[in-house]
Amino acid sequence: MTREKVRVQAIVNEQPVEFLCEPRQSLLECLRDILGLTGAKEGCNDGNCGACAVIMDGRLVNSCLVLGVEAHGRRITTIEGLARGAELHPIQRAFLEQGAVQCGFCTPGLILATKVLLDRHPDPSEPQIRRWLANHLCRCTGYDKIVRAVRKAAAELREVRA
Amino acid sequence: MSGGTYRVIGTRPIRHDGADKVTGRALFGADVRLPGMVYGYVLRSPYAHARIRRIDTSRAEKHPGVLAVVTAADLPTGPDRLIDLVEGTLPVSYARANVLARDKVLYKGHAVAAVAAVSRHVAEEAARLIEVEYEPLPPVLDVLEAMREDAPRVLEDLRMREFGELTDKAGNIGEHFRHVLGDVEKGFAEADVIVEREFRTVMVHQGYLEPQSATALWNQDGRVYIWTTTQGAFSAREATAWILDLPVSQVRVTPMEVGGAFGGKIRVYLEPVAALLSRKCGRPVQITMPRRDVFEATGPTPGTYIRVKMGARADGRITAAQVWMAYETGAFPSGQCGFGAICILAPYDIPNVLIDGYDVVVNKPSTAPYRAPGATQAAFAAESVVDELAERLGMDPIEFRLKNAAREGSRRADGLKYQRIGCVEVLEAMRNHPHYRAPLEGPNRGRGVAMGYWFNIGWYSSCTISVNPDGTVNLVEGSVDLSGTRTTIAMQAAEVLGLRPEQVHPVVADTDSIGPTAVTGGSRTTYATGWAAWEAANDVIRQMKQRAALLWEVDPEAVCFEHGVFRSGDRSMTFAELAERLEETGGPVIGRGTVNPSSAGGSFAGAIVDVEVDPETGKVTVLRFTSVQDAGTAINPTAVEGQMQGGSAQGIGWALNEEYYWSPEGAMLNSSLLDYREPTALDVPPIETVIVEVPEPEHPFGVRGVGEANIVPPPAAIANAIYRAIGVRLRQLPMKPSAVLEAIWSKES
Amino acid sequence: MKWFDYAAPRSLAEALDLLARNPRARPFAGGTDLLVQMRAGQLDPDLLVDLKHIPELNELDCDGSGTLRLGAAVPCCRIYEDERVRRHWPALAEVAEMIGGIPIQSRASLGGNLCNAAPSADSVPVLIALRAVCRIAGPLGERRIAVEEFCTGPGQTVLGPGELLVGFEIPPPEPASGACYLRFTPRAEMDIAVAGAAAAVRLSNGVIAWARVALAAVAPTPLLVREAGDWLADKAPTEENIREAAELARKAAKPITDMRGTAEQRRHLVGVLTRRALQQAIARAREAQP
Ligand SMILES: Cc1cc2nc3c(=O)[nH]c(=O)nc-3n(C[C@H](O)[C@H](O)[C@H](O)COP(=O)(O)OP(=O)(O)OC[C@H]3O[C@@H](n4cnc5c(N)ncnc54)[C@H](O)[C@@H]3O)c2cc1C
Ligand code: FES
Ligand code: FES
Repeated sequence: MTREKVRVQAIVNEQPVEFLCEPRQSLLECLRDILGLTGAKEGCNDGNCGACAVIMDGRLVNSCLVLGVEAHGRRITTIEGLARGAELHPIQRAFLEQGAVQCGFCTPGLILATKVLLDRHPDPSEPQIRRWLANHLCRCTGYDKIVRAVRKAAAELREVRA
Repeated sequence: MSGGTYRVIGTRPIRHDGADKVTGRALFGADVRLPGMVYGYVLRSPYAHARIRRIDTSRAEKHPGVLAVVTAADLPTGPDRLIDLVEGTLPVSYARANVLARDKVLYKGHAVAAVAAVSRHVAEEAARLIEVEYEPLPPVLDVLEAMREDAPRVLEDLRMREFGELTDKAGNIGEHFRHVLGDVEKGFAEADVIVEREFRTVMVHQGYLEPQSATALWNQDGRVYIWTTTQGAFSAREATAWILDLPVSQVRVTPMEVGGAFGGKIRVYLEPVAALLSRKCGRPVQITMPRRDVFEATGPTPGTYIRVKMGARADGRITAAQVWMAYETGAFPSGQCGFGAICILAPYDIPNVLIDGYDVVVNKPSTAPYRAPGATQAAFAAESVVDELAERLGMDPIEFRLKNAAREGSRRADGLKYQRIGCVEVLEAMRNHPHYRAPLEGPNRGRGVAMGYWFNIGWYSSCTISVNPDGTVNLVEGSVDLSGTRTTIAMQAAEVLGLRPEQVHPVVADTDSIGPTAVTGGSRTTYATGWAAWEAANDVIRQMKQRAALLWEVDPEAVCFEHGVFRSGDRSMTFAELAERLEETGGPVIGRGTVNPSSAGGSFAGAIVDVEVDPETGKVTVLRFTSVQDAGTAINPTAVEGQMQGGSAQGIGWALNEEYYWSPEGAMLNSSLLDYREPTALDVPPIETVIVEVPEPEHPFGVRGVGEANIVPPPAAIANAIYRAIGVRLRQLPMKPSAVLEAIWSKES
Repeated sequence: MKWFDYAAPRSLAEALDLLARNPRARPFAGGTDLLVQMRAGQLDPDLLVDLKHIPELNELDCDGSGTLRLGAAVPCCRIYEDERVRRHWPALAEVAEMIGGIPIQSRASLGGNLCNAAPSADSVPVLIALRAVCRIAGPLGERRIAVEEFCTGPGQTVLGPGELLVGFEIPPPEPASGACYLRFTPRAEMDIAVAGAAAAVRLSNGVIAWARVALAAVAPTPLLVREAGDWLADKAPTEENIREAAELARKAAKPITDMRGTAEQRRHLVGVLTRRALQQAIARAREAQP
């Protein structure tokens, strides 16, 4: 084994970044421990909670199940990259207005999941919303207000697009 | 009921920490980053019960990148005393033995050593190089088996407390208590129908999403700084200090944002260990639990064996109830059976009651509270029996409950006489809800109801409010915010001060910066710390009146304050106008509030649930769910609904799938979020809520606290619904598909 | 986790070379099994060979005959988003949508699902029912075997040292045929099958021309129940015949009790799921009748 760190170049939240990491470090570790982006959370480290979800090349991934080295040449969006300047993204606003945040630990992953969902399905049904969010455990809310927030955000985004 | 007179209370403001929570900026336990910080990893026992013969850490110490290794030998052996954890107490000696095992490991996952290293991976690698020689001992895993004389002993020094007195009876029973009202024999003699049943529940976990994480710096001046995800900065300070045998003031705890807790983040697990590692290596050390450790080594909530016997007259009055209940507390006593006993019959006015309760240690992780600790298991038993009684009497289950409902003046089993409570109002709201009246059609469908109770806790809180020259205020509080209490507390201050909620800037402070405040738990935070904020706000107003009096050259008593305006005669000044003039009238104004209410008004909750059972697979689908709860006054209805929905979803998970699944040797086999099966968004329906408001008589705004009672009814309500759907009564949790199938099969055969 | 190295070969030859030279190397597709097992300490390879940049392992295409060529590393999301797959092999699209949840499906591959060789792997019974063939490449060249021959025990496969699963070939759907996979999980999603059953049938002149039944999570490997298919051949698709086939599947199952379910429950579920899967496969075949 070489035991050499690997140089990774990626675009994170629209900014080019470059870092050195060990191949065994997950993308989640790289984001949190190397790039200081602690918005993605570790809830399980085995793909079962969605707290670590980020968007990689337009797809939602659990960053605990992606290696940091795989980020090379990829475009990554984390929760820190969603707001536009001093303005919250409509999804972020809807989560607050609907009371969809309690402890907030699941929130970054859920908001990014909602982003990917609404990019693909601007007018999702309730079962569709629940299916798209099913990889994201939330222990505090019982999901009800989260589903409402997604619907609200969807309506608002459709309005903006129209 | 809260409408009309209030301007802030009863509204739904955006929470103060909202932007931080949706942008990823909120800092939780594992988000702490300090210069020079290194990472810890805890080595844990592979055995449920074993003597530690020898620990050799030399290979780990030599591993490149390792900075420190600690074992129980690094812990002091200071004096013993009780740590009060609000929902339970724990002797320091046990707390210490739990953070690092000394001679014996008492459950699989019990910590035996810890390593600090330059990265998590290196720390983990090094931990595997620690050699521990164990002498495995037979474990005891079942609560009833553990009560037998010949059962393996979990704690050699444990002596049973019986009826409040320490006895010299050695064994696994930590406590036996009894509650008596009236004469049960006489009560049963008066009954026309008697139902007696046995119930079993298994250990479950709070299932919060954020694993425990603590960072410690043992500073070169001897002070210990802790950053941690805890429900109580002060209780974490006390526990850490006592475990390390330090004066409490030598420890400062900074509470981080908490990613869910539900009772599971009151104890300390990692804090003292991280501190010891830091002392050895002189650097800040962060330890974050892997999810497996969260399951195996924190505090899940007890499994139980409960027998309930109840009798009622033909006219529907319950005449007597007898309960025998035993709770497995895990490796150390936890007292949760006592809470279960207080709650088990609480919704009813029963003249003759006899309850025997036992707290029993077993070789499982040391249990901790979980939302209304002890009450959910108890209600599963009692509310199933109540349902059966109603059925036997041919009565509607809600009418039957209403007929026996506890009200002001009724006695709880432990003797407490109720003040104004909302039990009847909750039942009436259930009966009148469209859900209860809606037809439920289709095969294998059924509707069930159940009630639940949690007594709520008062206890001490501190709060200060300083006035800003721009007319806003800063509110510093000691209550950790688990779910939006910054806002519900700020709203109570805002109501007093005539401000908008966003004009109050709440800060959750560390233990150096605010007065002692008990944990966020027991549904006490909006209640007690809100009360402290009310006091602090009134203190501000009192001082501001003096300032106005000075400016107007009148008596302070001649100044009144209403809706944000100070007046005296025809002179007036808004709060903001006066705030701007504090400097010229004597300097800053800081209001203080400290409270220590001894009791709080309990909260009742009810659930109505419709299920569909697939009789071929045993799967239970929850079709519709309505949660009803008495909130006293709902300060922020959005937050109250959120509590009710969250508690209901947890109750659904507890009812249907969640469990600790054990190997015969006492290893938890499903210690992942995959196999523990918390409900996903697809496993729960939309949860309807009805907030009942019966104000608590003593709190200035009538708050009751709503965090807990909502989890209590769901398992019983679902069991009752399953019975209505397929004619089978399940008396064991979880009512997982295999259990439902087996029940169907045994009914068929 | 222990240290390991990472390589991202751009060609099949390069990947095979890396595997041949490193006996402790491990192919790495979506990593949704591999990384989990490595973290749990069940595997500790020295080198991960990323398969996601090798063209052959990432193809998703139909050849001239209508055969689907599915690269072993293609993630589930590409499978279920593909219009051809949705139209011609709906059971395949459905199972790709069933594995894990959305973020898992961005990564998890059917090659990984098969090579991991868990008895509960959801896509394997479907691949078996659809008569998929595995293409394997290795130091000694290419070989092909039927999916049902691939797993030899829990976590065990026919792959020899240095061999790689390149992909699957799935024959074009016959007219009047249909397939369906059903699994039982306590949670609605994000759960591992307690039992699963796939069925594929072809109807012809009012009778079942052929049928295939394959099971998940009820034996040491995914299980093709030939006797169930044989029994249905040339019989009318009646409720009674379906029940009999389901009974044969039930008998063929060799389930165990573990934390996810009991042996009795699993055996019982095999009967229920096989019957329901056959019913739905037949309904689909009817719809597909020209
Ligand atoms: C949260 C979660 C939910 C899940 N839900 C499901 C589910 O519902 N149903 C289900 O069946 N599974 C489920 N799984 C398991 C897993 O996602 C699937 O088995 C998945 O298909 C594995 O594919 P992968 O590409 O991630 O494989 P990897 O993890 O990359 O590889 C799996 C194994 O196969 C080997 N391998 C991979 N590709 C090849 C190849 N081409 N040639 C040779 N060897 C190879 C690897 O070395 C490794 O040993 C779940 C996993 C997680 C984490
Ligand atoms: S931490 Fe990645 S899914 Fe839970
Ligand atoms: S808000 Fe706490 S886990 Fe979702």
